[in-house]
Amino acid sequence: MQLLVERLRVSYGNIRALHGSDFAVDTGEIVCIIGANGAGKSTTLRAISRMVPVEAGSHMTFMDRDLLGFPADKVVSQLGISHVPEGRRLFGNLTVMENLLLATFARKDRHKVSGDIDRVFSIFPRLRERQTQAAGTLSGGEQQMLAVGRAYMSGRRMMLLDEPSMGLAPLLMLSMFEALQEINTAGTTILLVEQNARLALKFAQRAYVMENGHIVLEGESRDLREDPQVKTAYLGG
Amino acid sequence: MEFFLQNVVNALQWGSFYALIALGYSMVYSIMMVFNFAHGDVFMTGAYIGFGTASLLLALSAALGLGLPGWTILSLTIAVSMVLTAFLGVLVERVGYRPLREAPRASAAITGLMIGIILETGNLALLGARRLSFPDLIHSTTYNLGGVFVTNKKILIVAVSLALMYALHQFIRKTRWGMAMRAMSYDFEVVPLMGVSLNVIAPLTFAVGSGLAAAAGILYGLAYPVLDPYMGVLLGWKAFVAAILGGRGSILGAALAGFLLGFIEIFVPMIFPSTLRDLIAYSIILLILTFRPYGFFGQPHSTQLRL
Repeated sequence: MQLLVERLRVSYGNIRALHGSDFAVDTGEIVCIIGANGAGKSTTLRAISRMVPVEAGSHMTFMDRDLLGFPADKVVSQLGISHVPEGRRLFGNLTVMENLLLATFARKDRHKVSGDIDRVFSIFPRLRERQTQAAGTLSGGEQQMLAVGRAYMSGRRMMLLDEPSMGLAPLLMLSMFEALQEINTAGTTILLVEQNARLALKFAQRAYVMENGHIVLEGESRDLREDPQVKTAYLGG
Repeated sequence: MEFFLQNVVNALQWGSFYALIALGYSMVYSIMMVFNFAHGDVFMTGAYIGFGTASLLLALSAALGLGLPGWTILSLTIAVSMVLTAFLGVLVERVGYRPLREAPRASAAITGLMIGIILETGNLALLGARRLSFPDLIHSTTYNLGGVFVTNKKILIVAVSLALMYALHQFIRKTRWGMAMRAMSYDFEVVPLMGVSLNVIAPLTFAVGSGLAAAAGILYGLAYPVLDPYMGVLLGWKAFVAAILGGRGSILGAALAGFLLGFIEIFVPMIFPSTLRDLIAYSIILLILTFRPYGFFGQPHSTQLRL
């Protein structure tokens, strides 16, 4: 297993958001975590990228290295785990190009940067046209493209995606998932969280269902699509 | 007319000090959302470091019979002192601000005040209460430009200040560190997700601001060669006013407001008794802020680093 998470517990103040999740993601997989708003999906991703402190007893390894030994910036620069955060969180005051370049800040293979930028532009041609524009002036769809492109620039062993479909029109949503598929095929493991379970279960090979900070169900996507419980709760009957 | 132009020259020099110091306040504020109230005393310390460096270089030059020209010593002094004071800035960030990154902003502001007091009293303890006089590194030459008297020192002070501001502008605009600073000023939480450590960018910002303050300290020492441990207090507060007036986080604003402050302070005594200078000067600024509460280039709820 590339990413192994055991007994993951996270609290915000007195409120426990994750009650000891166990899950794993293998190299090259696309895995999704589905669940309602507030189930703990984003917190799970934030814990992996070390944006929130985890409680004692939590255990996470990435390629057999203790993830908890790495601060947030090293998770990206040394382990190669990138994170497209909730709400995209682009740097609106920087240009599209600067957003992409900033993501390479700590990279040692600087000679590969321009080739990677070309690759991002070939996946998302719209970004090439917009490269000198401030990220804050992009449309919602373009912002999501940039958020993914930026993550691609920062590290690509694994990409964590928080609601990549959020706020996108159906057609854009589809092309976004095609782009993610392309990135995955090129060798990046993908772990995404989604409220749009229908889409996520089509895209991912495996899935975990999260409720109130607990993982309540797991399995192959095609099995979960047929699961009566999942059908009623997440796929609209 | 000559009288007016003469004062413009004086105001440019006086404003240079404010502008250089104000930049440090603005930069740190934009990424940490706290004004580093030790900054005025960092300026003072920079001036003293400049004094020490210059004295050492003069002594070395004499002892080794190098006969280094004043200009060389001055350039070296500025460079060495900027670097040393930059390290002081790094130390201030590490000791005073990093542990308080998650703490209420008021705690961080108070820390700045305390570090300032430590620098002042530390200096007193180390060097005593006597004032030091900054070595006269370059001989003053006065040029008469159509009735306006300009000294080489004044030209130097304004030119070095403008050059440093331009360099800062390029640094923030062109380098990846500058880019990271701008990003951090926009949304510091996600900056680590770019593989950028806040523990690199925050000290770097303090270092750059402190280096500029040191340059201001030495230039100040050239113009007003008397150093005392409290020289940074009033000047620091006034530069802080310039940073606010320019708009929090605005580099251009801080620089312009610094010069504006210089102009107001020089021109007010032309009309009013000079004992009323600060009273009137700062009443004017209060009035400006009444109409532009976010300063020249500030925006409501915005802390972004802007050029």
